[in-house]
Amino acid sequence: MVLEFKPQGIYCPAGDFFIDPWQPVDRALITHGHADHARPGHTRYLATHAAGPVMRHRLGEITLDGMAYGETRQIGEAKVSFHPAGHVPGSAQIRVEVGGEVWVVSGDYKTAPDRLCAAFEPIKCHSFITECTFGLPVFTWPSEDQIAQEINTWWAANSAQGRFSLLGAYSLGKAQRVLSLLDPSIGPILTHGAVENTNAVLRGQGLPLPETIHVTPDLHPKDHPGAMIVAPPGALGSTWARRFRPAATGFASGWMRLRGVRRRRAADRGFVISDHADWPALNEAIKATSAENIYVTHGYTDIFARWLNTQGYNAQVVPTEFTGDTLEEGAGA
Amino acid sequence: MKQFTALYTTIDQTTKTTAKVSALAQYFDTAPEDDKLWTIALFSGRRPRRAITTTRLREWAAERAGIPLWLFEESYPIVGDLAETIALVLPPPEAGHDDSLTTWITRLRGLDKAEEETRKSAVLDAWNRMQATERMVFNKLLTGGFRVGVSRKLMTRALAGSTGQDEAELAHRLMGDWTPETTTWAALIEAPDTGAQASRPYPFCLAYGLEDGPETLGNPTDWLAEWKWDGIRGQAIIRDGQHFIWSRGEDLMTDRFPDLAPLSDYLPQGTVLDGEIVAWDGTAPMPFNALQKRIGRKTVPKKLLQEAPVILLAYDLLEDAGHDLRQQPFSARRARLDALLADLPQNAPLRPSAPIAFDTWEGLAETRAKARDHRAEGLMLKRLDSPYHTGRKKGDWWKWKLDPLTIDAVMIYAQQGHGRRANLFTDFTFAVRHGNDLVPFTKAYSGLTDAEFRKITSWVRKNTQQRFGPVRQVTPEHVFEIAFEGIHESPRHKSGVALRFPRMKRWRHDKPVDEANTLDDLHQMLAQYG
Repeated sequence: MVLEFKPQGIYCPAGDFFIDPWQPVDRALITHGHADHARPGHTRYLATHAAGPVMRHRLGEITLDGMAYGETRQIGEAKVSFHPAGHVPGSAQIRVEVGGEVWVVSGDYKTAPDRLCAAFEPIKCHSFITECTFGLPVFTWPSEDQIAQEINTWWAANSAQGRFSLLGAYSLGKAQRVLSLLDPSIGPILTHGAVENTNAVLRGQGLPLPETIHVTPDLHPKDHPGAMIVAPPGALGSTWARRFRPAATGFASGWMRLRGVRRRRAADRGFVISDHADWPALNEAIKATSAENIYVTHGYTDIFARWLNTQGYNAQVVPTEFTGDTLEEGAGA
Repeated sequence: MKQFTALYTTIDQTTKTTAKVSALAQYFDTAPEDDKLWTIALFSGRRPRRAITTTRLREWAAERAGIPLWLFEESYPIVGDLAETIALVLPPPEAGHDDSLTTWITRLRGLDKAEEETRKSAVLDAWNRMQATERMVFNKLLTGGFRVGVSRKLMTRALAGSTGQDEAELAHRLMGDWTPETTTWAALIEAPDTGAQASRPYPFCLAYGLEDGPETLGNPTDWLAEWKWDGIRGQAIIRDGQHFIWSRGEDLMTDRFPDLAPLSDYLPQGTVLDGEIVAWDGTAPMPFNALQKRIGRKTVPKKLLQEAPVILLAYDLLEDAGHDLRQQPFSARRARLDALLADLPQNAPLRPSAPIAFDTWEGLAETRAKARDHRAEGLMLKRLDSPYHTGRKKGDWWKWKLDPLTIDAVMIYAQQGHGRRANLFTDFTFAVRHGNDLVPFTKAYSGLTDAEFRKITSWVRKNTQQRFGPVRQVTPEHVFEIAFEGIHESPRHKSGVALRFPRMKRWRHDKPVDEANTLDDLHQMLAQYG
């Protein structure tokens, strides 16, 4: 086996490294900077150049080596390369080749292009380890343009009624994606500190984000009438958010596709924006790998594996401890 | 249909009551009359008859989506709503339409007697003409159960605002067994109210629970106390030589309780009573269990009629000699009720619900403690000078219930909820200890906070031992205090008991499994309270 599933995570014996391990290891290859993939405590990290700044920002002093997308490196007997996953800026799929056999670990991915990430690149392989956070046929996403229009229409309407627009979006990836869709001519854009810190890191890498105003304790909401405020989901409903009144609240997440989840959030609006692949995209991505063996992790794994088996793949479920985007946490996705 | 869908969307997208009422009012101001009539009908639980089974709808949706049926069935519990699941799996529409809500409903009704192929092509065609939300609304019309975040009260308020009519009067107009086929907007809403319909009930007056003691209610002499019976609230109408029995949920129950037919022999025409339907052993109410067997049966077998005959324990008089008494003080209504019922024979299926004499609140508290001996759930307190309100109004009617019975039980099975609670584990089975075994004895769905449900959900996912379809057997590790209103013998259950209104009162983090109650404890409660 090119890759094995160990208690610490996905392991490559030929190169003696782990991919996105959830327990401290010597050498960790990291697909992207979200907390359930890039954990603290490893001796050495390897990730894309583009993922590096965010990982340093989040994990502090780490021994981090970077690679460009498409660059190949020999680690022991294994040949390793990183390829765009389209999930968040810097996110990658990891390709591992040993003795001519190719495995790809998808990490989290989204095949539809957006305005910030390098576009997802299908990689041919023999075995594909794929996430399936939204591996059910009820999950299909609207187009980027339609989402942009929905959010801007909502914002403009709130603004016209003298209300703030409070939008909950995960601070790495989703928040910047939302920012990239906003029409700054509608009004000022304010950001929560957690979002703004990530913005600063990504701006430093040259990502085109609109101008934003950091919400500091001395900021007067009245000075910014009709503003859009982008904050992590947890900040909505907190004392932090209470300074913006009156406000309409919204959430940006793939889970907003489900009415039950939308209502439980008690937000006024749910915008269906995900940084994961939807049902058609998952199926197309898997097909494009030409892989025979599919290992599914992270999501509706039992159902999705059963479906793939009916489609002629040899699919099985891999136990994982990735948690960030499951429904009960609800934050990312 | 688009206008109705827009209304639905607006209501669905807000949690604010004022926004909902204003969206409704705007709809009532602008929609065509036949659509408005259907909207009132749908929002007050009057759905069109189901023309197509949900089994067929699932099959057609899966087929159209190009997925196997099992995959559809796996998706349904995760979405938590059938109409929505169908709307979400279908491919985007290829065409549009401009038909009204009424047009679609009429079209659906026309399918009632059609061949299956005709029904199928009509439904597929509709799905192919609608966007996702509109599809879901359409599917709700097909499957029934049109529950949106709008109470009837809210709808009535909006309608009152839009038509300039009195809210309470409108609430009364909207009662009874009309459907959009049997009436018109003009007749139902606009025509002078002649009270033309013999069967039409009055809106029920509802009580709030008394959280603290009654001392805050002032002088005891201003109040009447009576038992809070554990039966079915009912309104009995004697008009035009007919009688009608209505439930609080506005179900016409006349045929379900043929025992109450003699009411029209004992009462003059133009009489409307409010009371509690209870199973009666000749001198006292029987346990609710006896009545339970009759609920949900359209026709009652003779044996059951003999085993569990019902009577009406009347506690209010709403109409007398054709006159609406609701604005008169309760004391006057009650006096007139007692006079009407004074000379009834012993075997009449009707008696007054006797007031309970008391001088002090302390004394009444002692009486309340004995409620279970009288097969009552507690006490009702009604202000003697109060009118008969429409719906729930704080201040004049209070229910002062007994504290529930409780038992500490172990969670052994978990299942996901529906709708708003989809994706959360909210439906649990609980067991008591019996030697080294755990014997299941009740299910419970409510009582925890959203945060607690989220916590237990995440725990269930990690501690599932076995799956039986949607049901998960979990590690017996958590103890919950289960509260319930009553307990009775039930040969159908393994434990031999069934509980009334079980719910989770508390998550007993402090209790290990071996300190949960036992089957013996449960049977002791049965002996004491059953």
